[in-house]
Parts: sequence; structure tokens; C-alpha cells
Amino acid sequence: MLGLDRKDTILLLVVALMALLAPVLLNPFPVNSPLAQFNAGYPDLMQRFAIFGIFAIGFNILFGLTGYLSFGHAAFLGVGSYSAVWMFKLLGYNVIPAIILSIIVAGLFALLIGWISLRRSGIYFSILTLAFAEMSFRLAYSVLTPLTNGETGLQVYTDDPQILLGDGPHVPHLFGMMMRSSTTIHAGPWEFTLPVGYYVCAVLLLASFYLAIRIFRSPFGMMLRAIKSNQTRMNYTGLSPRPYTLAAFVISGMYAGLAGGLMASMDPLAGAERMQWTASGEVVLMTILGGAGTLIGPILGAGFIKYCENIFSKINEGVLHGWFGGLPDGVENALIWVAEHFVGSGWHLTLGLLFMLVVTFLPGGLVEGGQRIGRFAFRRRDRKASDAESDAAKQRNPAE
Amino acid sequence: MSKLLTRRGVLRTGAVAGAGVALPTIFTAGSASAFVNEPSGSTVTLGFNVPQTGPYADEGADELRAYELAVEHLNGEGDGGMLNTFSSDSLDGTGIMGKKVEYVTGDTQTKSDAARASAKSMIEKDGAIMITGGSSSGVAVAVQGLCQEAGVIFMAGLTHSNDTTGKDKKANGFRHFFNAYMSAAALAPVLKAQYGTDRKAYHLTADYTWGWTQEESIAAATEAMGWETVNKVRTPLAATDFSSYITPILQTDADVLILNHYGGNMVNSLTNAVQFGLRDRMVNGKQFEIVVPLYSRLMARGAGENVKGILGSTNWHWSLQDEGSKAFVKSFGTKYGFPPSQAAHTCYVQTLLYADAVARGGSFNPCSVVEALEGYEFDGLGNGPTLYRAADHQCFKDVLVVRGKENPQSEFDLLEVVEVTPRAQVEYAPDHPMFAGGNLGECNPGA
Repeated sequence: MLGLDRKDTILLLVVALMALLAPVLLNPFPVNSPLAQFNAGYPDLMQRFAIFGIFAIGFNILFGLTGYLSFGHAAFLGVGSYSAVWMFKLLGYNVIPAIILSIIVAGLFALLIGWISLRRSGIYFSILTLAFAEMSFRLAYSVLTPLTNGETGLQVYTDDPQILLGDGPHVPHLFGMMMRSSTTIHAGPWEFTLPVGYYVCAVLLLASFYLAIRIFRSPFGMMLRAIKSNQTRMNYTGLSPRPYTLAAFVISGMYAGLAGGLMASMDPLAGAERMQWTASGEVVLMTILGGAGTLIGPILGAGFIKYCENIFSKINEGVLHGWFGGLPDGVENALIWVAEHFVGSGWHLTLGLLFMLVVTFLPGGLVEGGQRIGRFAFRRRDRKASDAESDAAKQRNPAE
Repeated sequence: MSKLLTRRGVLRTGAVAGAGVALPTIFTAGSASAFVNEPSGSTVTLGFNVPQTGPYADEGADELRAYELAVEHLNGEGDGGMLNTFSSDSLDGTGIMGKKVEYVTGDTQTKSDAARASAKSMIEKDGAIMITGGSSSGVAVAVQGLCQEAGVIFMAGLTHSNDTTGKDKKANGFRHFFNAYMSAAALAPVLKAQYGTDRKAYHLTADYTWGWTQEESIAAATEAMGWETVNKVRTPLAATDFSSYITPILQTDADVLILNHYGGNMVNSLTNAVQFGLRDRMVNGKQFEIVVPLYSRLMARGAGENVKGILGSTNWHWSLQDEGSKAFVKSFGTKYGFPPSQAAHTCYVQTLLYADAVARGGSFNPCSVVEALEGYEFDGLGNGPTLYRAADHQCFKDVLVVRGKENPQSEFDLLEVVEVTPRAQVEYAPDHPMFAGGNLGECNPGA
């Protein structure tokens, strides 16, 4: 279907189904149960899953295919966000112009940075992109304050021009459908929230995913893989790799811009922090954690990290006391002392440990883990049965 | 590509995409309650959004302690703290309007984005009816904007920038903490009395909105009493070594250095300035002086010996001897073993003020809370008689001018109060140029 082979079609359909049912799948625990703490099916987090999924898919087009490790992708996300908020300020709250401009501006910005940075490869390329991103962050944080509103972040004020606002809603909307509106379904003790904003993100996630599959399977994608496996040999055959890497860089920059524009559409504020190098590092983690070079890996990695960030970081001492309350005092305090380093403000530690475990034991990322479980369950140990995903995972060079 | 882009393929893609776009229209917003997160059971949830990691984590930890204490007192546990000294008696230790107070916490990381994400999850997932906290003005402004859009009340924590209740003020947001203008208004007379009217000031300013508003406020106030501003130099927020900013001061004839820095910035810049011998310097026959307009005990502790004799202003200090402060210091000290910081104080007071406004207004509806707080006069919460001004939701109260103590008795006894500047002296018109350009808008109850 849609120019895809059977396996890819199934993959696309699975992702579509997951995206459609996410509000249900992510809320497996009844509202009043103690486990409701672990429910992730609320609008903000679901939107983040989809948005960072798009960001990671785009990053994977560059890193997974060409092997060029960019440490500055957050800059494109930030530029996308600022463009979107400026559209809200100047035109009005419809998200369409905002998203379109954020993709275009991020693409142009990526063209500029890529044109300079891609003169080098390997670690030098990474450092160049890192330097550019850090420069963008500093500029946005203080120097360009009239344009970015500095530390506070760019917001929409009531006295902004908004020439196309008319009598539409005063929050981001898609032709009248407000991003923040949602429907809640009560099913027995369960409660499922279906937010409009999330479905807009999900549709764009699917479109991005589809485009990524097409790029992966195209001759262009093959060329990018050739650059990764042996650039020198490619040079000797008379092909210049730079137009291809630059194209991949710009495409992934546009993905990041789309993610940034969506972020601003869900919550009309653009902060400089989303351009910081830690944000760039996060997308690298997402991609590697999920499985670099695989199609679905980056989405899984993005979901995994955002889940840790938003759920573990909110477990505080009071919650821990609730869990271990039944135990004797001494044991309870000891357990809480250990556990509190891994939750709340210590969630980074949990993430770091999990990342170490994944990289050590599952170099192909979560995708490889899924395949191992799959093979174990279905006893399909013959290598022929492994699908395109594992091929891609095997192609990935763990040393990179 | 032409092989792949068949007519059927395009049609099919179009149909699928169309169905995808149409999907969300099936669901429309439907909510029965009168306002967002209307508490329905026997409990009510407050959201405490404080920095648990990053440069202001110390302040955040202290804020969280204060919130826990406030919740205890509201629920009738502990010794009641300031509930006993508060001029309003609508709070009786049975929670808020009979509902037990529960809370959720989040980490702002001192980043606008992270703070908003955390606040959103509190509102969307945990059903928080009010968000409070924060230890930086950028975060306060960002979260205040979010709360206005989402339709919940925001009770700002530590935020000192003029913008929070100036150009970024919002109907759903309230600030108890003082601001840069008030710091300047309180400090200027003391500076005049201590250092005279013929001084040349050199500013080092953290390069972001808070630093700028403070620099503007202090420069305006000192110039009004005859000081001359030699230079204003902006330093990057992430700077840790300020020596390259200190040495140029030695080349000028400036005789006062004003450090518009906060937190770790201030600790480092002050230490550098002392290391370069600025405090022993004589210029134009006068002793060189350093001023830190916004002081906190946690910063003073970080700077150690170097703060001795340095003037600054603060919102509150635990050594105050009024009944409210004494009651708060006692219950905080009993629970945690050390005195509270000014950040802890403002957060504790904000929680009580919110609870009281709900009880007096008789509803959790944000509009009822706004109405109850606007123009509200109260006392017994540590700063003397205080007014929540209706025009900009800023509290007006006495401001403390403090000095680093020469002979501290303990690690908490680092600042001494030089003067309690009366409220009348720090008041300003709501349309003062430094606060102009904002618009409160209408209170938003969400749904």
C-alpha cells in the first residue's frame, strides 16, 4: 500500500494503530488505583511522545543513515518554535501557517549550518554542530532578546498585531478546533482523555513516519547508507557525498523544525532552553536507546525517555511513603532512602542506568530487545525470519 | 518515483490523510464543571512546582519544605504556625473549605519549558487547582502565562523581576515577593546615608530580563540622589569566572560596584571582586564599596567571609521579631532543625493566602479567588500590614535592608537587618514606566 512493501505497510499500520489508541493504551490503570501514578495518557505527555517521535525520526534520517552525529539538532527545534510563535503573534492562532513557517525557517537554518559543518566529518562535524547550537542558544538567551524575549521565552500578548485573528479562539487552533480541547470517556473505573492537540501531532507523526520509510527505501536512502559504510570508496567511484549529506541534514533539520512548530502549537511559548546542548544530547539518546538506523526505534526511544522524565520525576517522598507504608519503620526508611535517589529529582540516574544496560546488552536498542523477545516467544530462531528492522539494526555499527 | 506515484496511490493517500484530519472533529470538548479541576471528592490538590535540579536547587528544596509545612498546618497538623497570627480567621485547620489538602510536586529545572511541562502535567493529570513555586522570574512569567491560559490560579514563589507584575502580569497570577523597583527604593536612602551623594557606580549585570530590570531600577534610584553611573556591563548567565569583568573596574574612577547577580553568579562575582582587592581600594579619597541589591541567606552562605559588611535588600529574614515571623521560624525550625529562607517564607505565605482566599470567597473558582485577593489587606504574616493591590496583583509591604554580619554566631546568622523600609516608601503607581505595557486581562476559570 502507498508504495510500500508488505512489511513496511504492516509497520506503518501498527504505528498508526498505536497512535490512534494511545489515549487508551497509555492509561491502563483505573483512576483511583495507586498505580494511576504510572498512567501516561494525559494530553501534554502524549503530545510530547508524538512531537519528540517526529524529532527523533528526523534525527535518525541523518544519524541512522549517514552516520553523521549531529550534536546541534535542538537549535532547529528551537528555531521552529520561535517561528511558530512569531506567526501566532503576527497572523493569528491558526497552527497551519505557524507549522509551515517553522519547517521552512528550520530548513533554511539547517542549510546554512549544514553547508558549513559538513565540510568536516566524524568528531569534527559533531563539534561544529555543537558549537553552532550553543551559539544559537546564547543568542536566543540574551543577545537576540527583542526577537526571542530572552530567558522568559517568547509569548503571545494581547496587544500583538494578529492581523488574521478575527473572532477565532484566542488559543492555538486548527480551523476552530482548539488544540487544548479534549473529550473524556468514562469506562467503569477508567478514564480516557482524547485531546485534539494530540491527534494533530499524531497525524503529523504518521506523515513523518511514512516519509521516513520512503526515504529509507529510496535510492537516495541507499546513497546515504553508502556514505555511512565507506565514504572513500564512494568518492573513488566518482560520486560526491556532500550534496547527499547536505540534503539529509536539511531534511532532518526540517523534521526538527516541524517538531518545534508543533511544540509551540500545543503550548504557545518558545523558551531558549530547548536549544541548549542538553536538548540536542537528548535526541541522540532517544535514537540510540530506541535503535539507531531502525525505523520505529527512535519513536520508542523518544517515548521511553519522555515517560521517565515526566512520570519518575514526579514521584516524591510522600508517594514512596505511601508505597512502603506497610513495612516496618527501619526497612521502610532504608528502602525510601535508596529509592528516592532514583525518582523525583534523581530520575536522571534511573535513565542513565537504563541507558547503560541497553547499550551494553542490547546494542541494537529497544528494537533489538523487542526482536529477542519476539524470537523467544515464537521460536523463530532462523535468521531468515527476521524482518527489515533487524537488518537495519545489524547494519548499525555499534562503535559509532 | 513516477512508478510509485500512481493515480490510485495518490487518491488512496489523500483519503487516508483526509480521514486522519477529520478524526479529531469527532471529539469535541465536553465538560460539566464550572471551572477547570473543580475538586469533587473530599480532597483538593495543589501543585508545587519548584526547581529541584539546576542552579537554584537549594532555594527549591527550601520552598518545598515550606509547602509541606503549610499543608500540615492547613490540615490541622503541627502547631499551626502562622495560622495563629494571620489577621484572617477563616482557616481553622480543617483543610480548605473542609477538603483535606493534598499536593503534587514537580521539577522546574529553572527552565521555562520544563517548568511549563511540569505545571501542565499537574493540571492535566493530577487535577491541581492551583500552581505555586518557582525561583526565577523567567519561570514565574512562563508558568503564570500557562496558568492564565489553562484557567488555574498561580501563586508566584521567589520572583524579583519587575515584569512579573509589570508587562507580563496576568489576572490569574499573584506575587507576594517584592521586586527590583522596591529593592532600589528601599536601598537608595540607606546607600545615601552610608556612602554619601557623590559616588560613581559601576554595574555588573546578569544578562537576562531580571538583571536588566534590576539594573534599570537601581541606576534610576541612585542617579536620582546624585550618583553617577560610570558603566553598565552585562555578564553571561552561565559565567563562573568574573575576573575578566572585574579588572576593567580598576581602570576607572568608579568607587561603588553594584552586582546585579543572583545565586551562584553572585557568589562567584563577589568572591572575584574581593580577591582583586576591590574592598581595600581607595578611589577619589573614598573607600570602595560593593552592593548586592538582592540578597538571600543561601547566597550569603555560599559567599562566606566575603559578604561581611555588604549591603543589600531582602523580602524577609528569620530574625524578625514580629509574632508571625516568630511563629513561622519556630514551627519550621522544629520540623527541619534550621531557620527558613526568604524563599520558604514567601511560598508558605502564598499557600496560606490562597487557602484563605478560597475560604473567604466560598469557592475554588479562580474568579472567586481573584476577587477575594484583589485589594486584600492582611497582617500577621511576617512583613507587617500588607496589601494585595488589585491593579497588578503585587503585594505591598515593608522591605528589609540587610548587611552581611561581621561576627556571625552560627551558619544561619549571616545577615543583620539595617533598616525596615516602610511600605509607603516603596510604593509606586501601577502605570509606572518600569511596569508599563502589561495588561491583566480577565480572570480565566478554564472550562
